[in-house]
Amino acid sequence: MGSQTQVEEGKRLFLEGCSSCHGIDAQGSANGPSLIGVGAASVHFQVATGRMPMAAPGAQAPSKEVIYTDEQIAAMSAWVASLAPGPAIPSAEQLDFADADIAEGGVLFRINCAQCHQAAGGGGALTQGKYAPSLMDATPQEIYEAMLTGPQNMPVFSDETLPVEEKQQILAYIDSLQEASSPGGMSLGRLGPVVEGLFMWTVVFAALIAAAVWIGIKAR
Amino acid sequence: MSDNIDANLPAQPEHSGDGTVKPGYLPVAPIEHKPRVTDTDPKAARRAERQVASMFALSMILVVVFVIAYVTIDVTAVVYVPVLGEIGASNLVLGLTFGGAIFFIGAGAIQWAKKLMPDVEVVQERHSMESSTSEETEAAGNYERGKEESGFARYKIIRRSLLGAMALFPIPLIVMLRDLWQSEPGQNPAEILSSTSWNDGMRIVPDIGHDTGENVQGIRPEEIPVGGLVSALPMSIKDLKKDAVANMRDRGKSAIILVRMDPEEIRSQQGEGWDYQGILAYSKICTHVGCPIALYEHRTHHLLCPCHQSTFDLADSGDVIFGPSARRMPQLPIRLDEEGFLVAQSDFQEPIGPSFWERG
Amino acid sequence: MSTTNTTAHPVEKVGAAGATFVDQRLGSNKFLSRNLSKVFPEHWSFMLGEIALYSFIVVLLTGTYLTLFYKPSMAEVIYDGSYVPLNGIYMSEAYASTLNISFDIRGGLLIRQMHHWSALIFVAAVAVHMFRVFFTGAFRKPRELNWIVGVALTTLALAAGFTGYSLPDDLLSGTGLQIIRGILQSIPLIGTWLAFFVFGGEYPGGEIISRLYSAHILLVPGLILALITVHLIMVWTQKHTQFPGPGRTNNNVVGYPLLPIYMAKAGGFFFIVFGIVALLSGLVNINPVWIFGPYTPDQVTAGTQPDWYIGWLDGALRLMPNWETVIAGFTISWNVFIPSVVVPGILFTGLAFYPFLEAWATGDKREHNLLDRPRNAPVRTGIGVMAIVFYGILWLAGGNDLVATTFDLSINALSWTLRVLLIVAPPLAFIITKRTCLSLQRRDRDKLLHGYESGRILRLPHGEFVEVHQPLNEKELAVISSKPDTAVLPAPEKSDADRVRNPRYLVHSLRHRLSAFFYGDNIPRPTAQEIEAGQHHADDQAAVEAPLLEYEERDVIVNAHGGVLHHPGMPTTNADQRTSSDNNT
Repeated sequence: MGSQTQVEEGKRLFLEGCSSCHGIDAQGSANGPSLIGVGAASVHFQVATGRMPMAAPGAQAPSKEVIYTDEQIAAMSAWVASLAPGPAIPSAEQLDFADADIAEGGVLFRINCAQCHQAAGGGGALTQGKYAPSLMDATPQEIYEAMLTGPQNMPVFSDETLPVEEKQQILAYIDSLQEASSPGGMSLGRLGPVVEGLFMWTVVFAALIAAAVWIGIKAR
Repeated sequence: MSDNIDANLPAQPEHSGDGTVKPGYLPVAPIEHKPRVTDTDPKAARRAERQVASMFALSMILVVVFVIAYVTIDVTAVVYVPVLGEIGASNLVLGLTFGGAIFFIGAGAIQWAKKLMPDVEVVQERHSMESSTSEETEAAGNYERGKEESGFARYKIIRRSLLGAMALFPIPLIVMLRDLWQSEPGQNPAEILSSTSWNDGMRIVPDIGHDTGENVQGIRPEEIPVGGLVSALPMSIKDLKKDAVANMRDRGKSAIILVRMDPEEIRSQQGEGWDYQGILAYSKICTHVGCPIALYEHRTHHLLCPCHQSTFDLADSGDVIFGPSARRMPQLPIRLDEEGFLVAQSDFQEPIGPSFWERG
Repeated sequence: MSTTNTTAHPVEKVGAAGATFVDQRLGSNKFLSRNLSKVFPEHWSFMLGEIALYSFIVVLLTGTYLTLFYKPSMAEVIYDGSYVPLNGIYMSEAYASTLNISFDIRGGLLIRQMHHWSALIFVAAVAVHMFRVFFTGAFRKPRELNWIVGVALTTLALAAGFTGYSLPDDLLSGTGLQIIRGILQSIPLIGTWLAFFVFGGEYPGGEIISRLYSAHILLVPGLILALITVHLIMVWTQKHTQFPGPGRTNNNVVGYPLLPIYMAKAGGFFFIVFGIVALLSGLVNINPVWIFGPYTPDQVTAGTQPDWYIGWLDGALRLMPNWETVIAGFTISWNVFIPSVVVPGILFTGLAFYPFLEAWATGDKREHNLLDRPRNAPVRTGIGVMAIVFYGILWLAGGNDLVATTFDLSINALSWTLRVLLIVAPPLAFIITKRTCLSLQRRDRDKLLHGYESGRILRLPHGEFVEVHQPLNEKELAVISSKPDTAVLPAPEKSDADRVRNPRYLVHSLRHRLSAFFYGDNIPRPTAQEIEAGQHHADDQAAVEAPLLEYEERDVIVNAHGGVLHHPGMPTTNADQRTSSDNNT
C-alpha cells in the first residue's frame, strides 16, 4: 500500500494524463475501460512499457516510449490499487526464476502462450489488425504482470489459474528463448517456413542463377 | 591450326577446308567467333591454368581444415559472428569448409572449361524422330505376325479369360490393405468420431503436459478470473499416461478450453444452462480441418484459429463469424459437482473437429 | 580402338585396354562414338533442370546419411540429450532422434540443414524449369511425353517434401498432418474410412510416422529416380531444344560437345550447387524443430505454415468461403474439398494435358526444335502468367498472418482483398501480358523492316530531319526472323456443297475459334516486298549520309549531337568514334 502522498501524487498524475479516457474516477468511458479493481500490476505493466497513454483509442496498444518516471508509475499504481483490491505488482521472490525448470516452462509456454505469441515468442496476428507482440524484449516483470492482469485482449492468467511456480517456469523459458543462440546459423527470426522460403527464393536462387549465367558467359 | 605455338594454349577444334572432319571431331558452326585472351596469349593461358589449379588446391586444404574442425570443435560451442548473430561454431566451420571444398572443385572445373577448353561452337545434325518407312513396315509386319502366331484375335475365349484374370489378380493386393486399420468387428469411423471421453460427472483438469491430472482434484470456479482462459482435459487422461497412443488420441478429441466472461455478456449458448456462472467450455479442436484453437481475445470473446483464421464468437454459441469453417465450435455443457469442482454434464452434443460425410 | 601410339601415357594405355575389354563384352564403343561428342546448346536457362537434378542428388546423399540416425517411431521416450530446454520432456522417438542429430552428432545439424535447404531448392528449380519449358514452347511435339513426365515429377517432388518435413514429428509439421487428416475426412463417401486407413485408426495413432517414412525414403524417391531417368533419356535421344540464332535451324544443334566441355561445365555445376547448399547450411538456420517442441494434438503455435511449396494449398484453404451442404443427413464440405482436392486436381491435369490442347487448338503438327520467344505466342504466355499470378496470390494468402503483422494490416481485410484479387487479377494479368507480347511483336516487325534506331539524326537537303536506322546484326536478324508462321484454322462449313450436314461442325467450330484466339492477333511477318521496300528506304538514307562519312578521313571529332569541334592533333577520328559506338550496340 502506498503512502498517502504517493497516492495523492498518483491521483494527480492520473487526472492529468489518463482521466480523459478512463474517467475522472477511473470508472471508464467510451474511450477506455474502468480501472477499478485492475490493480497496481496493470498500471505498472501498461505505463512502464509505454503502452499507456495511448496515442489514439483502439483495441491494440503497442508498446512505445515510456513517458513517466519509475516514481510516477509507482504513484499511479498506488492510487489505482487504492480504489479496489486487484493484482499487486509482483515481488522479487515471485519474479525469481533462477531455480525454475526451463523444460517445464517450455511445456506450459506451448500450452498457454504459443498459440498467440508464437513458439519462439516472435508474436502473432489477432483479428482485425490486432496482434500479440513479440516477447524478445520483454522483462520478467512485464511478462509476469501481463499474465496476471490480461492486458487488452490477452486472457487473464491469475495466480489461481497459473500458480506462481508455473509462472516462474514460463519466465525461465522465455528467458532461455531470449538468450538462445541459433545452432544452425543465422536465425531468420525463427518465424517459420515462410521466411525460410522467401530467403531461398531471393538470396539462394539468385546465387544459383548467377552461377548458371556465369557458366554460360563467354570468357574474355 | 593443330600445332599450338605454346603447349599451354587451349586446343582449337580441328576442321579442314574441304569439309571433312577428323574422327571424334565435329564440324565448326558457320558463325562469327572471337578468340579469347587465353586463346592467343600464352601468359594468360598459364595464368588461367594456375588459377584453376589453385582452386583445386584450396579445396584440398579446406578438406583438411574440415577434419581438424570436426575433431576439435565441441558440438555445443557457440560463436558470435557479425550479421549472423550467436550461432553454432561446429556447424558454421564444418559448413564453410565442406561447402568451400566442394564449391571450389566446381568453380575450378568451370573456369577450366571457360578459359582453357575451346569455345568454338560446333554443329550436329538432327534427324526427325519418326522412323523410316521400311522400319515402319517391318514393325507393322512384326505386329501382324505376333497377332497371327499368338492367335490373340482368333481365340476369343482365351483372350477374354486372360483379360479377366489380369484384371482380377491385383485384387488380393488391394484387399490386403484392409488391415492398414486393424479395427474391431463392428467398428465404424463415423461412430468413433462422434463421441469423446466426456460424460456426466467427468472432472475437468488443467492441462500441464505429461502429468495432467496428477496431484489435482479438479478446477474450482473461483480459480478462473473473468477474462481467464484455461486449456483443459478430462480427468480420465491421467489413466492414459502409460499409453502414448491413447493419450494422444484423447488429447486430439477431448481437449477443451474454459473461458470466463461476465454472464451479462453471454448472448447465447448451445444449450440452456450449459455454462457455470459465466464459465463456458468449448472444444479445442477447430471445426474447419482440425487444428487446436486457443487464441482467445477476452474482450471481444473471439476465438481465432492460427491455421486458416476461422473465427468463432464464444459469447454467441461459438458461431463462425469469419473464415473458412462452416461449423460452430461445439460447446461442452458443464456444472458444479458436490465437492465444488467443475465437471461435464454429458459428452458433446455434436461431433467435434472437422466435418465428415456421415456427420448428419 | 588401336593403341599403337607408343608415346601414350601409361594411364592412357591402361584406359585404352579397359575400353577394349568393355567393348568386347558390351559393344560400348558404338555408344561412346555417338555420344562423347554429342552437342548441347548453351544457355543459362537450360541449367535450371540441372539445378533440380543436382539438388535432388544432394537430397539423396544427405538423406541417406540421416537414415543412419533417425528413428521413425512414435514410441514415447524422455529426452536426455544436450538441448537443455527440452530436458526431461516426453516426446516421440522420431522427435528425439531428430534432436540427437541436431545437437549431439557432429555434422548432424549440417547434413540435416543441407537436406532441408536442398529440398526447398529442388522444388523451386523444378518450378522455374517448368516455367522455362512452358514459356519457350519446349513441350511441343515431339516433347509432349516428356512434359507429362515432368508434371508427374513435380507432383512427386511435392509429395517427397511433405512426407519429409513431417518426419521430425514436431509441433509445426504435426499440425500439418492434423490438417491432412481433416482434408481426408472431408472427402465425400469415403473420407472417414480413408482417414482411418491412412492413420491406422483414430488420429494420430501410432503408425503415421513410420508410414510416411517408408513413403519418403522408398516409394517416392524410387518413383522420382525412375521418372528422372526416363526424363533424361528422352532429352538425350530427342536432343535438347535451342534458342534461335545465327547458324541454328530446326534441324541441327549448335553448341559444345559433351566431352570435354559439358562434362566440365555440368560436372562443375553439380559441385557448385552442392557447395552452395553446404555453405548455406553452415551459415543460415532452417527448420529449428527444437523451438516448436514435440507434437501433441492439443497444442498449436501462431504462424503455422507448411514449407513454401505447400503454401499455396494452405492459402487456398484460408481464402475459400465457408460453404458446406447437408443433404439427407450427409455432409459435403465444399470449403475443404474444393481448395485441397478440386483446385490442385484441375491445375495439375490442365498442366499435364496443355501440350495436346495447344496442338489441337492451333492445328500445329510440326516437330519443333527451335524455341519460341514468349512474345511470339501471346496467348500461351498470357495463360502462363495468369497461372503464376493465381498461384502467387494463393501463396501470399498462405502467409497472410505474417504479412498482416509485418505490414500492420488486418488479416480479415487482407483475406477479403486476396479473395477478390484471386478472381480479378489473373484475367487482368492475361490481358496485360497478351497486349505486351503483341506490342513487342510490332516492335520486332519494325526492326525487321527498318532496322533499329541508331540515335543519329540526319538533316536531309530539303530540310527534313530523320533518324538514321542501323540494320540488324547477324544474331538479332536470326532471332527476330525465327518467328514461325502461324495460321488460323479455317472456319468450318455447316454443310457442304451437296447440302450434307457436317457432323463435326461444333467441334471444328470450337477448334477454329480457339485457333483464332491463339494466333488471330499475331502480327504477321513482313512480306518480301515489304522488306525490299524497307531496304530501299535504308539505301536512300545511306546515300544521303554518305557525304558525311567523308569526314572519316579527316582529323576532326564529331560529338554525339553532330556538331563539329576542330581539335587539330587529337588522335581520334570519326571512323574511330563510329566503330566504337557500333561495338556498344
